[in-house]
Amino acid sequence: MNWISNYVRPRINSIFSRRETPENLWHKCDECGTMLFHRELSDNQNVCTSCGHHMHITPRARFQALFDAGVFAEVPVPEPKADPLAFRDQKRYPDRLKAAQRETGEREAMLVATGDMGRTPVVAAAQDFSFMAGSMGMYVGNAIVAAAQEAVKLGRPLILFSAAGGARMQEGILSLMQMPRTTVAVQMLKEAGLPYIVVLTHPTTGGVTASYAMLGDVHIAEPNALICFAGPRVIEQTIREKLPEGFQRAEYLLEHGMLDRVTPRTQMKDELVSITRMLMGMPPPVKGDLPPPPPAPETATPDPEPAPMPEGGKTTP
Amino acid sequence: MTQYLDFEKPLAEIEGKAEELRALARQNSGMNVADEAAALDAKAAVMLVDLYKTLTPWRKCQVARHPERPHCRDYIEALFAEYTPLAGDRNFSDDQAVMGGLARIDDRPVVVIGHEKGSDTKSRIERNFGMARPEGYRKAVRLMQLADRFGLPVITLVDTPGAYPGKGAEERGQSEAIARATEACLRIGVPLVSVIIGEGGSGGAVAFATANRVAMLEHSVYSVISPEGCASILWKDAEKMREAAEALRLTAQDLKQLGVADRIIPEPVGGAHRDRAATLASVGNTLRQMLDELSQTPPAQLVADRRRKFLNIGATGLAA
Ligand SMILES: [Zn+2]
Repeated sequence: MNWISNYVRPRINSIFSRRETPENLWHKCDECGTMLFHRELSDNQNVCTSCGHHMHITPRARFQALFDAGVFAEVPVPEPKADPLAFRDQKRYPDRLKAAQRETGEREAMLVATGDMGRTPVVAAAQDFSFMAGSMGMYVGNAIVAAAQEAVKLGRPLILFSAAGGARMQEGILSLMQMPRTTVAVQMLKEAGLPYIVVLTHPTTGGVTASYAMLGDVHIAEPNALICFAGPRVIEQTIREKLPEGFQRAEYLLEHGMLDRVTPRTQMKDELVSITRMLMGMPPPVKGDLPPPPPAPETATPDPEPAPMPEGGKTTP
Repeated sequence: MTQYLDFEKPLAEIEGKAEELRALARQNSGMNVADEAAALDAKAAVMLVDLYKTLTPWRKCQVARHPERPHCRDYIEALFAEYTPLAGDRNFSDDQAVMGGLARIDDRPVVVIGHEKGSDTKSRIERNFGMARPEGYRKAVRLMQLADRFGLPVITLVDTPGAYPGKGAEERGQSEAIARATEACLRIGVPLVSVIIGEGGSGGAVAFATANRVAMLEHSVYSVISPEGCASILWKDAEKMREAAEALRLTAQDLKQLGVADRIIPEPVGGAHRDRAATLASVGNTLRQMLDELSQTPPAQLVADRRRKFLNIGATGLAA
């Protein structure tokens, strides 16, 4: 990793995301109906300023809020074999993929990046629900493996934001195989003694929940996020009764012992900084706004692997 | 009395006629029907071979779900000695959809774990049709850890429509339970071999089948979602399950090509249920072979091989 990729690339990132300027300047909150000015909404990370409803946020926008001064470097993800089953339902899978790429401007349903978060070096991965419902296929699996390998290489914690309707059916059994593949990725982190923190966002369901999303050292969810294996509609059809209000929502899972915390998006960064620094045995975080990191990257000369111990890190495997 | 599948109707007619003839002959001792019945039998035999030579993926799903297909319990009874069931997850209950315990295959002590669907109305309800709840996966994790501590190989027999979409199962964290079971599969330093004997349904199957060796019976299936479920989501019509079964590539033959299944165990003509004894015996042979192949591998190597195997799956896709 050199100066260019660490510092210039992020600028390209921010230029790139400017492309997504909304055509509608006003956005209606689907929870309370308040009309919100797009700037106001994006400044608040797509959380309604009136009722606190958490709306969808892209991985790029999330990373801009997460990383100090919005600076991050993307971690390359190995390209999987395209359309491995030559899958076709009412549309061809490659056509569905292309449509999703056009709509989102993204290559696939997960973005992996490194950067500083509250002056704490981390690797982060975020799943993109707007890309084919964030579904987990070979690419998402590769992204998680790449994220874990990068975290192990750099001796950094991995923070993963999950969001998915489940497995990518168009990749058939290969999407199912991402459950064991991503589990191996989690094991790499654990064996390197590095924290793996999962932030479960709305919605996280199916095979995603039943693999990497439920294997974190710490599980944090955004308020009211739907988190489940089988979705509420399937359950209602099976048991033929109406499910209680709030069933399978973050607060409900917290009550049932499946999560450590439910934390609003706007407080997430501070909380993640605090938790990761404690787990890494680092001194308390510096409060307040932080300047961008100096151009000289702290990872200019990465140790030849394995480098399990982060700078100043005292971790118990 | 065989239960026929819908595509076996013509076969059912011929076999029915032959049976009728014989019944008639038994009542009228003077009647000689041997030739006629034998001709019908021969015709039926040819038809059976024909039907099963080119089963469509959807038909394979039907065969894999055949109620008379040998189930986990049958394999345990036929292939293992001293089977000693070990119950419970030590947290909540004992899940009857998952059988498991200590047993010997030949003289070799092992831990055997499998989904059991049940064989009549009462046992099917008891076994929840082979759909495990969280306690089933947690029992499996406990047994895998036991095996790991005492150096016993683990054999898993997979036959489940999938996890149970129920309220309690969700409340008690079936996602976490499945994830932990897959994690346990990838962690244990003993040989882990798996046979998909019927249906490998989604996460419920992965939780047991993340193994060093995965064998599939010839007409078994293994899929991320049921064809009906896939059809209702992607085709918006559950009746399109034939198309979905085709597209999902869920047959043993496709999965072998994709590197998910390591070997295919041939079934008797007409499916496992037409000759249960032969099926049980071939599965037994395959299990022994797979265990033999791994018996000299050191624990760390078993773990590393298993992880590498799964990391590498999907690199090539289906050969065009
Ligand atoms: Zn609102």
